[in-house]
Amino acid sequence: MSAALLTFFALATLATVGALSLILQRHPIHSALSLIVVMVAIAGLYLLMGAEFVAAVQIIVYGGAIMVLFIFVIMLLNAGVEERTDFSKLAKFGGLPLALALTGLLAAAMVRHGSAIPNPDTPGALASTETLSTLLFTTFVYPFELTSFLILVAIMGALVLAQREKN
Amino acid sequence: MVPTQYYLVLSAILFGLGAVAFVFRRNIITIFMSIELMLNAVNLAFVAFSQARGKLDGQIFVLFVIVVAAAEAAVGLGIIILTARNRQSLNVERVDLLKL
Amino acid sequence: MAEYGFWILTLIKIVLLLIVVLTANAYLTWFERKVVAHMQTRMGPHRVGPHGLLQPAADGLKFLFKEDVMPDGVDKLVYMLAPFLALTLSLTSLAVIPFGPKPLPFTFFGHQIDLWITNPNIGLLVLFAITALGVYGIALAGWSSNSKYPLLGGLRSSAQMVSYELTLTLSVVGVVLMANSFSLTEIIKQQDSSKYGLLGWNLFGIHSFTQVIGFLCFFIAAVAETNRVPFDLPEAESELVAGFHTEYSSFKFAMFFIAEYTSMITVSCLTTILFFGGWNSPFPASWGFTLYLPSLLLIPFGLWLVYDGIKYETLFGRLVLPVVGAALAAIGLALILFPGANEFIQAPFWFLSKVFFFLFFYVWVRGTLPRFRYDQLMNIGWKLLLPVSIVNVIITAAVVLLRATP
Repeated sequence: MSAALLTFFALATLATVGALSLILQRHPIHSALSLIVVMVAIAGLYLLMGAEFVAAVQIIVYGGAIMVLFIFVIMLLNAGVEERTDFSKLAKFGGLPLALALTGLLAAAMVRHGSAIPNPDTPGALASTETLSTLLFTTFVYPFELTSFLILVAIMGALVLAQREKN
Repeated sequence: MVPTQYYLVLSAILFGLGAVAFVFRRNIITIFMSIELMLNAVNLAFVAFSQARGKLDGQIFVLFVIVVAAAEAAVGLGIIILTARNRQSLNVERVDLLKL
Repeated sequence: MAEYGFWILTLIKIVLLLIVVLTANAYLTWFERKVVAHMQTRMGPHRVGPHGLLQPAADGLKFLFKEDVMPDGVDKLVYMLAPFLALTLSLTSLAVIPFGPKPLPFTFFGHQIDLWITNPNIGLLVLFAITALGVYGIALAGWSSNSKYPLLGGLRSSAQMVSYELTLTLSVVGVVLMANSFSLTEIIKQQDSSKYGLLGWNLFGIHSFTQVIGFLCFFIAAVAETNRVPFDLPEAESELVAGFHTEYSSFKFAMFFIAEYTSMITVSCLTTILFFGGWNSPFPASWGFTLYLPSLLLIPFGLWLVYDGIKYETLFGRLVLPVVGAALAAIGLALILFPGANEFIQAPFWFLSKVFFFLFFYVWVRGTLPRFRYDQLMNIGWKLLLPVSIVNVIITAAVVLLRATP
């Protein structure tokens, strides 16, 4: 059991426990905190795979901005413990087995055709930020400019939604 | 060395858990968070494949997915705030004016 | 033993760094109280120990013995988690700060002992990631206290921190462009001052482009990030009772306190690394006499301490101060006599003195400026600092491109 495998299982368990906690917690704040744990675990997995820049961006953007936004909204709306409502009969009895079937199908597909996926030559080799940025600004410059436009649209949308009503 | 399959199976499990949370929870914010969980699972698969093939295209795509998720979270939470003020509740089953 | 040597070495370094930083925190509170007091023409703590030097110990004991009150109706898990999170994140960010370029002359079971705990390729991004996560400590503390003042204080404080985070990251992009790397040691190496001395620092930027605007934006944003005066409305005593830490007492409050001072230290270290040359001396290497500056500072200070101690009022002061003064003077003398040690101590000496200057600057600003109103604060963050730092990035990028050898 090498150190890399041990770290992988530790982080994978942390991510799965966080995701389960997201489903099972009743208060939205606890779900949000579990999601933050999942995101930090996934950032750790990125580091294990050598994607250091993506790991840093994951923590800064996802963990430090998007989840802060979620927590602000939960605090502002004073979201309380979820009320128990009755599911439809289909969801109650067929929901969980169907979800497990979906997960099982995906996982089985990965395992069965696993030999077709190439294993990396240099596992955990660090992807340098320089190569990443060169790629981003040469091959992917068009999507890059489009995403900046998308962010502008999102900012305008959020501004419009947050405006007070004019009488 | 961790085989790529392990990452992919973990990604499938997280995606499945996100889908379960999406279907079963009633609070709109928790549903939104499960969407973020599913996006994260997909990101993990992207980076795993990027490492397996030795090219960096997967990681670039992950950056784009993170940006899109941020934009979506901003606008989506704005809509949630407005709807919650309107209906005075965060329960998705209360938004049923168009139901027969 | 040898294969675990790396882990044991790292553990020893972490323990040493923690001890040093926690002591520095304690004496930073003493320093702040003394400096602010002298600025207000009063004396500050001077009874507990000579010159009030044992005041932090008394404060620490007080915190330990206070009653730990947990209000009714708080969310217990989040209430306990928040100060713990704030403290852990503050202390973790010290792991990537380099204190000197050369490793120690002896090895530990074959592993060389560098003057840092870790030096990742993305050191700067790690610091920003930890700053970004630091918002949670405050937001969760405010929310979990189940009371309106902490909630408002927590929300305001986290909104302020998130707003100034943008300026913080953008003002550093100029430095990263000039150094071509996120690694902190690379950034310091790029500001090599052996030829031009002071001018090689990123602040004056003779190698590339001056980063004065970047430094100003960064420092103002950093003061806002650490919730210090003049940006400390969310935790000011006269405004919101005590802001987000109203409902915390005894040790949990001390944890927030330590977290704030540690982030002050981290920000000072970061400012010296990014804009002031890190461990580079302000004098060019050709001015050989400047190698003796550490001794030149230590020996007179030690002798003055001896003189002051002999005439001190209490017996304890008359015993302790001369001994400390004599020890400092002896160290200064030893540095003159052993040029090898003198050579080694140059880099950490300059680094620590610059950090000390920035800490003094922090305290100076605290004693001098009034605080901003919340809307003024947000206006400055979004409408002044953010456009200015974006313009700085554009100009720096243009200059770097023009000066690059094709």
